[in-house]
Amino acid sequence: MTDRNTSLSNLDLETPEKPFLDANELVINMGPQHPATHGVLRVILRLDGEKVLGLECVIGYLHRGVEKIGEHRTYTMFNPYVDRMDYVAAVSNGLGYCETVEKLLNVEAPPRAQYVRVILTELNRIASHQLWLGTHALDIGAITPLFYTFRDREEILKIYEKYCGARLTTHAFRIGGLQYETYAGFEKDVKTFLNFFRPKIDEYEELLTTNRIWVERTKNVGKISGADCIALGVTGPVLRASGVKWDLRKAQPYANYKNFDFDIPTGQNGDTYDRYLVRMVEMRQSVRIVEQAIDAIPEGPIIAKVPKVMKPAVGEVYHSIEAPKGELGYFIVSDGSTQPYRVRVRPPSFVNLQALDLMCRGQFVADVIAVIGTLDIVLGEVDR
Amino acid sequence: MRQIIQYIESYLDPNVKVTPGAAGNMFWVLVYILLVFGGLSVAVIAMNWLERKILAHMQVRLGPMRVGPHGLMQPIADALKLLLKEDIMPAEADGLIFWIAPFVVVLAAFTVFVVVPFGPTHAITDMNIGILFMLGVSSLSVLGIVMAGWASNSHYPLIGALRSSAQMVSYEVAMGLAVVSAVLMTSLNAQGTGTLSMIGIVQAQQAQGEWFIFKFFPLGLIAFFIFAVAMVAETNRAPFDLAEAESELTAGFHTEYSGFRWSLFFLAEYSAMIAVSSIAVTLWLGGWLRPFPNMLSGHIWDQVFSLFPGVTFLLFAAMCFYNTVRMPKHPLFRVQTIGLAGFGVVLGLIGLILFIPAVSTRIQDIFWFSAKVAGFMYLYIWYRGTFPRYRFDQLMRMGWKVLLPMGLGVLILTASVALLQEKLWHP
Repeated sequence: MTDRNTSLSNLDLETPEKPFLDANELVINMGPQHPATHGVLRVILRLDGEKVLGLECVIGYLHRGVEKIGEHRTYTMFNPYVDRMDYVAAVSNGLGYCETVEKLLNVEAPPRAQYVRVILTELNRIASHQLWLGTHALDIGAITPLFYTFRDREEILKIYEKYCGARLTTHAFRIGGLQYETYAGFEKDVKTFLNFFRPKIDEYEELLTTNRIWVERTKNVGKISGADCIALGVTGPVLRASGVKWDLRKAQPYANYKNFDFDIPTGQNGDTYDRYLVRMVEMRQSVRIVEQAIDAIPEGPIIAKVPKVMKPAVGEVYHSIEAPKGELGYFIVSDGSTQPYRVRVRPPSFVNLQALDLMCRGQFVADVIAVIGTLDIVLGEVDR
Repeated sequence: MRQIIQYIESYLDPNVKVTPGAAGNMFWVLVYILLVFGGLSVAVIAMNWLERKILAHMQVRLGPMRVGPHGLMQPIADALKLLLKEDIMPAEADGLIFWIAPFVVVLAAFTVFVVVPFGPTHAITDMNIGILFMLGVSSLSVLGIVMAGWASNSHYPLIGALRSSAQMVSYEVAMGLAVVSAVLMTSLNAQGTGTLSMIGIVQAQQAQGEWFIFKFFPLGLIAFFIFAVAMVAETNRAPFDLAEAESELTAGFHTEYSGFRWSLFFLAEYSAMIAVSSIAVTLWLGGWLRPFPNMLSGHIWDQVFSLFPGVTFLLFAAMCFYNTVRMPKHPLFRVQTIGLAGFGVVLGLIGLILFIPAVSTRIQDIFWFSAKVAGFMYLYIWYRGTFPRYRFDQLMRMGWKVLLPMGLGVLILTASVALLQEKLWHP
């Protein structure tokens, strides 16, 4: 069952409607209220027994019109809204938005701000991956990793809380830099966390990496080739696990990532197990980046000179960063007024989700759950 | 009146060495039934609390802590909540079957305890087809599960029911083969006659001076292993809990059930776990026999081992007292502290009673049997905390392609070794 040759090229995207009463087919409505769809994703599954013939994602249950709201807010006022898209990686969202507007305004954040941004964003990547690992393992039936990861994620959230007062929707950055100076003992807290966290990754891996059942449940499940990933626009760990070495932190360095030394893990098979391994290594690499950054934070101002009332020149800009889930892009059109003419977000979860059908065809219902988990989607970002 | 008393007393004669059922004494049969089912209900309640507590401690959290000291009253609160809940029946459901299904499952799970031997005389009855009866009746619960899934008239329960019935039916085969290889070992005596009686199986282990898990090493161990895997699958527990895979099928065949009916499924699941564990204990772990009968034999060791039940309860009591001391010294915790101390006193008193020689000799076998079953219960919880869930096809592959050939092989090897032993070494 596991060797299947579905790929985008031979996938019949316009399957003709099946006859009305096909006794072999069972149509199941998974979600929008389902424990394993990570929020309010609705998946309509066409099953032959336990085998998935095809599926369709119905999204929009969490649509809040974030992009439209952007057109009615000033550049500064819109900043907190982006935190509500991918709410488990709010800091990354904020970084992407701030950098895009900075690009539009032609300002650059001062070095001190850059370093603090990188530290917080990488910590956020760890937190996001921890949440992914816990829920993914829970979906596959291992209930214990969830509690381990949440215990350790708590330490990151505590650092955020001390820094800006919020744990989840942090609004940590401002256009042009940071609003807050780091609190006394920030460096110490981060270092303590790193030392605490390094052995914890081994603890997670001990439970799963060589666990027979885990390997059987994830190997050759939800396979996708690198070419299909590129064709569908899939980015992030999913793309890298398929063997494509593409990470915006290296490919189009933003912030000050070029100052840091880190590796980009890739997989070969593009299956769920490889994606798991890639994300585990990414957590270790994030630790490495934070380690380098925390010792090198320069002194200086934390925010560049930005006008109180921002009126960027007429023009448009696209800027993307490597969010924990993939390429997070912002496209902002300015008409010269205080409000953007158009804000368009390219959320990684939304684009990655369209690979779900391709990855699930010919597999079992249980694999759909595993694949939804491995895509690491956040519905707040998919629906915006 | 005197006749009735005589009838009751007749079973208490120390010369009577059979179960009340076998002795045909209806009064004591009734008493035993009440004791077994009362004990079973208490065990399920205790298991509920223990599972949540042990799992919680494996997962770096505390588990229930609010209702009663250390959440001791939580299962009772849960039971009350379930009883008071609205009894919902889906409009499209097939009413009668929907109504009967939980009873079938509970009935199947409870009836098997008729032959579970807690001791040579401590069983409701002893059947000459005991093990067959247990396997047969416990597999009836599939019927209830299919009924529940079908009558709910909904997709998820239907898939859940199909999964669990397919799973239970296929694992029963491997399970049966393992059981047969153990039953075969009972025939290795002078008469060459085996037995299917649960009590007879334990007595055979006693007579041969060897628990069947160690017999023909490693054949007995492999058979035991097959059974231990199959029994987890048979009871639909992690890592084989596909039927109620929460992340896939919300709750499997009992998705549409609520309140009291749901609690019946819960009750059945836990008593089925106890039932299969007691089969495993009876067949391979020497049933009610105390551990190390050969290495640590003799009158003194018998005396030492007879202290175990009382000591165990005293240890529980000590744990209670230790935690009473550790309770927060706040007026709000006073009731809880007193409650915990009271619980400790009750446990301690039970422990002291168990030291009385007359009681301790009678309670010995029940204690060792229950302790062994409790070990299996802990394993169930441990599995749940450690393993991810198998996928359906992997589960089936495991059952048919791994366990079944292994079971066949073990059966053939056991038979051959037994035959060789009989012909060559004892001609």
